[in-house]
Amino acid sequence: MATELALTEEERAMLAGAEGPGVRRALEMVVALARIYGARRLVPIASAQVSGVSYANIGEAGLEFLEQWARDGARARVSAYLNPAGMDLESWAEMGLPEGFARQQLAVVEAYRRLGVQLSLTCAPYFSAPPSLGQHLAWAESSAVCYANSLLGARTNREGGPGALAAAIVGRTGCYGLHLEENRLPTELYLVRAQLKTGADWGALGAIVGRAARGVPWLAFGPGALPARLEQVQEGLRLFGAAAAALGSVALFHAEGLTAEASAGLVKAPAAAPKPIESLDEAYSLLDGQTERLDLVALGCPHASLGQLRAVAEFMAGRRARVRTWVATSRQVAEEAQRLGLAGKLQEAGIRLVRDTCVVVSPLELLGIRAVATDSAKAAFYLRSQQGVQVRFGSTERCLEASIRGRWQ
Amino acid sequence: MRVVLTGRAIKAGHASAMALFSPEPIGFYGGVDPDSGIVVERGHPLEGQCIAGKVLVFPRGKGSTVGSYIIYRLKRRNLAPAAMVLAECEPIVALGAIMAEIPTVDKVRIEAIPTGSFVTVCGEEVIIE
Repeated sequence: MATELALTEEERAMLAGAEGPGVRRALEMVVALARIYGARRLVPIASAQVSGVSYANIGEAGLEFLEQWARDGARARVSAYLNPAGMDLESWAEMGLPEGFARQQLAVVEAYRRLGVQLSLTCAPYFSAPPSLGQHLAWAESSAVCYANSLLGARTNREGGPGALAAAIVGRTGCYGLHLEENRLPTELYLVRAQLKTGADWGALGAIVGRAARGVPWLAFGPGALPARLEQVQEGLRLFGAAAAALGSVALFHAEGLTAEASAGLVKAPAAAPKPIESLDEAYSLLDGQTERLDLVALGCPHASLGQLRAVAEFMAGRRARVRTWVATSRQVAEEAQRLGLAGKLQEAGIRLVRDTCVVVSPLELLGIRAVATDSAKAAFYLRSQQGVQVRFGSTERCLEASIRGRWQ
Repeated sequence: MRVVLTGRAIKAGHASAMALFSPEPIGFYGGVDPDSGIVVERGHPLEGQCIAGKVLVFPRGKGSTVGSYIIYRLKRRNLAPAAMVLAECEPIVALGAIMAEIPTVDKVRIEAIPTGSFVTVCGEEVIIE
C-alpha cells in the first residue's frame, strides 16, 4: 500500500467501540474516506457543515439511516451547521407545500437535531460564525466550501453529506486535498477585463472560470473591472465562488489582494500564462433562457446577506411585486432584518422572506412552478438542469423590475 | 481450485455466498430498486437480476451520493448483497457499506471472480472456491 493512515490511541479506541456504535460507525466512515484519498493522518476540525437535508433529495432511505444513527448515540462533538431543507420549517403551508412532504421533511430535521446538529438551515453559516485563517473544517455545501477556503482562508475539502456528519461526530476528518498547503497553491491565472457591474456579472464570471478551471484559479483584474466599493467586491467574490463551484468544481480560488491567503501573502500569482476574460456574454447566453412569463422570482442564492436585503428593500420602496417573489436567507439574517425593519418593508412590497430553504432544493414541481427569474448564476444553472424549469438570469434590479411589471422584458 | 485474493478492507467482516459479477460500475440511486434489490438501470449488464444475498463483484460505484443511503435501505429490507468486492471503491459505496455493515473489500482483480463461483469475504481476503 502506498500510504498508511496513522491513527492515535484515542482514535483506535473509538474504532474498537469505546464510545459506542454510533461513534464507531462515524470513525469507520471518516477512516474509509481518508484511506481512499491517501491521507496519512486525521486532523481535528473546528466545525462541520452538513448537506443532505431536503427530503426530496435523501428520501426515506436517508431518513431511516439518520434516525438509526441518533438511536445509536451519535452526537456532533464540534459545531455543526445544517444546510437548507426543502421548505421553510414554519411557513411551509404558505409556500404551498403538501402536508405529506412537510411531515417527512420535519422528521429529517428532527433527526439532525437529535444528532446534535444546529438547525441553522443555511448555505451561508459564515455570516454568523466565520471560521478563521488556517482552521480545518469539514464543510459540504459547495458555495460555503468555496467561501470558507477562499475568502476566509480556512481549509476544507468538499465533503459529502454523510461524510461531513461523520466528521462532526468524531471531530476529525482525513488530512488530504485542501487541508494540505501544497494543494492550495494557485495553478492557473485569469485576467478579468470585463467590467463587473452587478452581482449577476460576478456569477457570470464564476460560470466562465468554473467551466474552464482544472486546478486552483488565481484572479487578477484589469483597470476598471472591479466595482468601487469594497463591500460590493466582497459580495461579488461570494457570488463568483458559488457559481464557480456549481458550474465547475472549484473549491478554492485566490484573487490578487482580495482573498484571505493572497492578501496575507501566503500565496502568489502562478507563473502560468494569463487567460484573458474580455466579456461575460458567453455565460449569459448559457444561463439566460427565453420565457417572458414567470411563476417565481427567486433571489438569495447563496442565502442573502443583510446588505442584499437592504438593497432589495430600497429598490422596492413604494413599488409592489406582481409575480410571486422570494428572497431566501438564513434564520439569523432574517431575524436581524426583522429587527432593522427591513422584513416589514419587504412584506409591504409583496416579497416573501423565505428561511431554511432555497429554490435549488425545494420541490418546485409540487408548487406548480415552471418559469423562474433569478439573479444567481448557480440557481439559474441548477433550476434548469435539476428542476427542469424555464429560467431567466439577470441582475437583481432586472429580476425585481420583472416582478413589478409581471413579466420579463 | 481454491484461490485467495488479498485486497483492502473497506468494511471488515465475514460472509459467504454465490458471486454476481458486473463488468460495469453500479449506481445504486436510480440503478437498483430499493424495494426489490433488482438492478433496473436500462442496458446495464445486470439489468433484471437481483443482488440480494450475493457477493456483488463490480469495478466501482457511480452516480448520486444518495446511493449510500440506498445501500443502507436495501440492508434494512434484507435485500442487500451479502458482501461487496470492488476493483476500486469510491466514497458512495464505501459509506454505504459502512452504514449498512456489509463486508466490503476493494483493490482486488475482480475478473478472477465469475458469476456463480462460491466466494467467502473475510477481512481483507476474498476466497474463491
